[in-house]
Amino acid sequence: MSANAIPRQTARRAVWPGWLAGVQRLGESPVGMVGAGLVLFWCLAAIFAPWLAPYDPNANHFDVGPVAPPSAAYWLGTDDQGRDILSRIIFGSRIVLTIAPLATLCAYVVGCVIGLLAGYYRGWVDTVLMQVCNIILSFPVLILYVIIMVKFGPSAINIIAAVTFVASPQVARLVRSQTLELREREYVAAAKMRGESAWYIMLIEILPNARGPLIVDACLRTGYTAITIGTLGFLGVGLRPPDPDWGGMIRDTYGFLLGGDVHMALAPAFALSSLVVGFSLLADGLREVSMRD
Amino acid sequence: MTAFFAKRIGMLFFIMLVVSFLVFLTFEFSPIDLARSVLGQFATEAQLAVYRAEHCLEWPFLERYLAWLGVVPDCKGEINGILQGYFGYSYQFRADVDVFVWDRLGNSAILALTAFAIIAPLSIVLGVLAGMREGSWFDRAISLFSTITTSVPEFGTGAILLTIFVVWLNVLPGTTPLEESGGWSIASQLVLPVTTLTAYYLGYLVRMVRASMVEVMARPYVRTAILKGLSFREVVVKHAMRNALITPFTAILLQLNFLFTSVVVVEAVFGFPGFGRMLVEAALRSDVSTVEAASLFAVLVVVTSQIAGDFAYMILNPRIRFS
Repeated sequence: MSANAIPRQTARRAVWPGWLAGVQRLGESPVGMVGAGLVLFWCLAAIFAPWLAPYDPNANHFDVGPVAPPSAAYWLGTDDQGRDILSRIIFGSRIVLTIAPLATLCAYVVGCVIGLLAGYYRGWVDTVLMQVCNIILSFPVLILYVIIMVKFGPSAINIIAAVTFVASPQVARLVRSQTLELREREYVAAAKMRGESAWYIMLIEILPNARGPLIVDACLRTGYTAITIGTLGFLGVGLRPPDPDWGGMIRDTYGFLLGGDVHMALAPAFALSSLVVGFSLLADGLREVSMRD
Repeated sequence: MTAFFAKRIGMLFFIMLVVSFLVFLTFEFSPIDLARSVLGQFATEAQLAVYRAEHCLEWPFLERYLAWLGVVPDCKGEINGILQGYFGYSYQFRADVDVFVWDRLGNSAILALTAFAIIAPLSIVLGVLAGMREGSWFDRAISLFSTITTSVPEFGTGAILLTIFVVWLNVLPGTTPLEESGGWSIASQLVLPVTTLTAYYLGYLVRMVRASMVEVMARPYVRTAILKGLSFREVVVKHAMRNALITPFTAILLQLNFLFTSVVVVEAVFGFPGFGRMLVEAALRSDVSTVEAASLFAVLVVVTSQIAGDFAYMILNPRIRFS
C-alpha cells in the first residue's frame, strides 16, 4: 500500500493543483477574462431565461405589428411574426448552450477512447482506428451534417450524433498524439510495474496529464459546435420551429435584410458571434496561461 | 516515396467507394416517396408504377447501388454508371447530372479560388509580421482580430456586410446571380461573398502562420543570425520565414475540407449559383445522383489536396524526405 502511494500521488498532484491554479491564473490574461465574461454572460442568460425574458418567446405581439423596430417595450424589436426578438434570443441561448457542450462532451468521450486505445496499444489497433478516422476526416463535414440532418430528421439528438461522428476523429488524433508522448513517462511505467490495468493507466494516469491541450481544444470546439448548430439552422436543416434557434431566426428574417429591416437578422447574428468569440478568447487565454508554465 | 503515394491514391479510391456507398445507404432511410414527389400528389398509382419502372426504383438497394456504380447492368439491361463516366439522372433538375454539375462546380471554383488568392498571401504577411515580434502590440492586435473574424459565422459576417454595404451605403449588390443584373457587374457581385469567405478563413491561417513564426524565431539559428549582425529584416525574410511557412503551407491544404463548408454557407447567404447550394437543395429533395456527384467531387478535392499537402511537406522538409 505504502509502495503504491508514491507514484499515485505524483500523478494526482499534477491533476488538481495545476487545474485549479489554471483557473485562478486565468486572471492574468485579459483576453481570457473577456472570453470567460462573455461565456458566463450567456450561461447566466440561459439559466435565468424565464426571469430575464420580458415576454414569451413564441407569443405574437400584433399590437405593435410584425417587424416592429426596437422600442422601449421591445428592446430589440419584433420579428416578422410579431415575436419579441430579445426574448427569443434569451431563450435561444438555452438551446445553443445545451446542445453545443453536450455534443462536444460526446465527441470527447468517443474521441478520448479511440485516441487512448490507438496511442496506448499502437500496432494494428492504432492502424485500424486511425484509418477509420482518416476516412471520416476526408469527408466534407458540411455535406455529412446536411445528409445526416435531412435523412434522419432535425432533432437535438441527431445534431449531437452528427457532431460526435464528425468531431470525435479530430479529438482522437489530438488524444492519440498526447498519449504517444505520455505513455513513455515514468509514472506510466510505475503504474505498469505495480500491475494496474490498461484502462486504469489510460484513464487515471495518461488522460488527466493530457488535459492542458484538451481543455483548450474543447473550449474552441464548443464554440465551433455553436456555429455548426447555427449553420444548420441557417441552411434550414436545423431544429424545427417555433423553438427560438439562433441560426433559424437569422434564416427566417434574412429576406428582410435587403428591405432595410436589419434588426431581426443582426440581433441573433451578434448573439451567436459574441458567444463563439467568448469561447475562442477563453481558449486563447487558457492557452496563454498554460504556456507560461 | 512512389509506394507511399501509390498507397495514398489507392486509399483515395477506397474512401470514394466507402463514401458513395454510405451516401447511397442514407438515402434508403428517406421518408420521401421519390416517384410521388416528382410526379406530384395527384399522380395515379399506374403513373407512379410507370415512373418507378422507368427509373429502376423497384429494384433492391444493393443492385441499384451496383448499377449506379456501373458494375452490373441496370433494370433496362444497360451498364451505365459512374465507372463509365455517367453521373446518373437528377430527379430534382430532371436532367442528367453532368448537364448542370460542371457549371455549378465552375462557379464555386471561381468563388473559392478568388478568396484563396487573397487569403494565402494576406495570411502569410499578417502572420509573419505578428509572429516575428511575439507579444508586441501589433502581434496582440492581429491575434485578437483573427480570433474574432474566425469566430463570427459566415452568415453573421454576411448579415453585417449586407447591412453596411447594401442597405446603408448601397454601393454593392446583395446577391450574386453571376449574371449582369440590376446594373451590377459580375466583379462587384463577387466582392461581398469573397470578403465573407476571406474574413472567416483568414483568421485561422494567420494564427497558424503566427504560431509557426513564433516557434521559429525562438530557434538557436535565428539567434545566431541576429548575433552575426544581420539586419532584422534579413533574419526574418531569409532565415525565419522559409522554415516558418512549412507547417502552414501544408495546413492550408489539409484544411480545404473546412473551406468547403464555408463555401456552401456563403453560397446560401448570397444566392450564389454554386455547387454548395445545389448540394443542400438536392439533399432536401432526395436527389441521390446529384448528392453523390457533389460528395464524390468534394472527397476527391479534399483527399487530393491532403496528398498534395503530404507531398509538399516532403519537398519542403528534407528531414522527412530522407528518413
